[in-house]
Amino acid sequence: MNLEKVIFGFFIVLAATLNFGFFIGDIDNPEVHDIYELFAALVVSLIVTLLKLGDRTQIGAIHLSTSLVADLQLIAAALVWGYGAHISGDGMTAARTATIVSLSGGALFANVVSVVILIAETIMQRR
Amino acid sequence: MSSREGDINTFFLVMRRLRKTLITLVIIFAVSVLGLTLVPGPLGENGEITRMSFFHAFYFISYTATTIGFGEIPAAFSDQQRLWTTICIYLSVIGWAVFVAAVLQMAQDENLQKAIRSSRFSRRVRNLGEPFYLVCGYGETGRHICQALDNMEFRVVVLEKDPSQVAGIELQSFRSEIIELAADAANPEVLEIAGLTHKQCRGVIALTNDDDTNLAIAISARLLAPDLKVLARANTRETEANLAAFGTPHIIHPFRRFADYLSLAIQSPAAYNLLVWLTGLPGTRINRHRDPPKGHWILCGYGNFGRYLAESITGDGLPVTVIDLHPDGMKATLEAGIHWIQGDGTSIDILTGAGIADACGIIAATANDIKNLSIAVTARQLNPDVFVILRQNSTVSRPLIEAFTEDIAVVPSEIIAQECLAILTTPMLAPFLKDLYQADQQWCATLLGQLTERFGWDTPEIWSLRINLLETTALYRRLMGGQNVKLGAVQINPSRREQLLDCRVLELDRDNGARLLLPDGTIDLRLGDELLMVGTRSARRDFEFVLSNDHALQYVLTGKDLPGGWIWEKLSSLKG
Repeated sequence: MNLEKVIFGFFIVLAATLNFGFFIGDIDNPEVHDIYELFAALVVSLIVTLLKLGDRTQIGAIHLSTSLVADLQLIAAALVWGYGAHISGDGMTAARTATIVSLSGGALFANVVSVVILIAETIMQRR
Repeated sequence: MSSREGDINTFFLVMRRLRKTLITLVIIFAVSVLGLTLVPGPLGENGEITRMSFFHAFYFISYTATTIGFGEIPAAFSDQQRLWTTICIYLSVIGWAVFVAAVLQMAQDENLQKAIRSSRFSRRVRNLGEPFYLVCGYGETGRHICQALDNMEFRVVVLEKDPSQVAGIELQSFRSEIIELAADAANPEVLEIAGLTHKQCRGVIALTNDDDTNLAIAISARLLAPDLKVLARANTRETEANLAAFGTPHIIHPFRRFADYLSLAIQSPAAYNLLVWLTGLPGTRINRHRDPPKGHWILCGYGNFGRYLAESITGDGLPVTVIDLHPDGMKATLEAGIHWIQGDGTSIDILTGAGIADACGIIAATANDIKNLSIAVTARQLNPDVFVILRQNSTVSRPLIEAFTEDIAVVPSEIIAQECLAILTTPMLAPFLKDLYQADQQWCATLLGQLTERFGWDTPEIWSLRINLLETTALYRRLMGGQNVKLGAVQINPSRREQLLDCRVLELDRDNGARLLLPDGTIDLRLGDELLMVGTRSARRDFEFVLSNDHALQYVLTGKDLPGGWIWEKLSSLKG
């Protein structure tokens, strides 16, 4: 067992689970989408990206790109939240909540791809 | 590996090195922001506890962590928030300090610097939009060549193994910047990023001290860019043969070249002097020395250089005595009928034993400059009239060698530079020089006398030009129009017609392969003719001006000025 691999797997799965936790629930109901969860998902996603940097294999490259997609989606979601909560003045409307949640849904998909690659990679290893 | 890929790999190398510190920074930011949103803030209007939102917390931490510090925004903090902020400040300062330290440490890393330098180098080479030469090996010779190429307004890309030599390039003054990299040119990948296959690359010049490297460069060039002009230096016979087997068109062998020179100088001093005068490095004056005598020669040092010399002197039918410390070459020389003495050429006994008293010349050809000087000094003491040829191996000993009045100093680096330049600048010169070797002594002496009387002993300007639309527009148009123009009629000063230009045609090559040596002024010029010229710098400028400018050519041929400009041309045609 390799501690580095444990940490790597842990963060990839954690990014997916946090993302899922934020995503689940009525799409336009702000009550069921906790902003702390979005924050945690974004931070973990950034850490995952940094962990993946510098792996020059083909699988490493795909890992990195899925992670970059997730980052982009989550940052976009956070920006929409910031705009809604502080700038526009009309707070978290149903439409805005739906935008945020669907953006995080996209990130969730990228995270799922990441997890699938992780599993595939593990299965391909013959020991 | 393509060069673009190299750039990206450098980026990943940087990111991988910084990964841990970047993750630390992200975590510190996250913890600080999160904490700030959780810590209770001041009481609101209705007495409830307010909390910072993520937006404000991120804003606050961003300016605090980067030590900008705007103060407590958006509202004065509660004491709990201040407590947490204190912790955040120390956390973030540590985070940034670690990050900066990591960046600095990485910047000092030898491998990374190498990677960055090489990717910058390949980018600069890739973006070159003008013709350039690739010079491998920047020693004494390399510097001469770079300087000359630079004067000819070619760009130069330099590959040199020794980083201290590369650093020296920046101290030299060149017209346009030299693109240099410290790398081993024997590696085809390195050659490729240095622009071997670049479409603007005009040629590769392999001048390193190492024969194997030169061979590797020639082979890479032959295989990767078969149409490229390749000049390679060879120090040994084996390399020369290998290079020739790979079809390298220009093999430069300084020792053999000098041995040929010496043989020529003994056989036909006039031809030798003419050759030296024609191939001198630009801006130098030819040191005239007495002609090497025919008689008994003593050769100290039977290495690579000595072998060629011994061969060429015995080839001239003169007796040679070889003195060398190592008995390696003894068998071969004895078989060839050369007298051999084992010993140190600097010792009086050995030199006397070799017959220095009656010898006409001595060649100090060892690979050690001090030893060579010592041999020369001792030989002069024993026989003041002896003709001394001294080999100079390193630039450092130049002042010493200059202080000693030898007859000929052999400087391999200059021989190579001269030869390279002759090949690069005037391809017509090489066949002309080859003719000199066979030419009659009297003919050479007359020509040398005429030329040096006219142009002096400074190295003259040698150039070649072809009669075509591009180089000689005006003459080309006239010849196309069916006019006859004689060679003598155009060698005239374009501002004063009664004056002849200070230049002379050495050779005229016709389109059909005919070669005319020293053509006289009555010969007709034809389209496609190629001229090898010798003269002064200003004569070259004037001559090129006459051949390319209609007005100048008209004046030179007829003595009348052409009307200048469109209106005058119309008016004069009305009048006529």
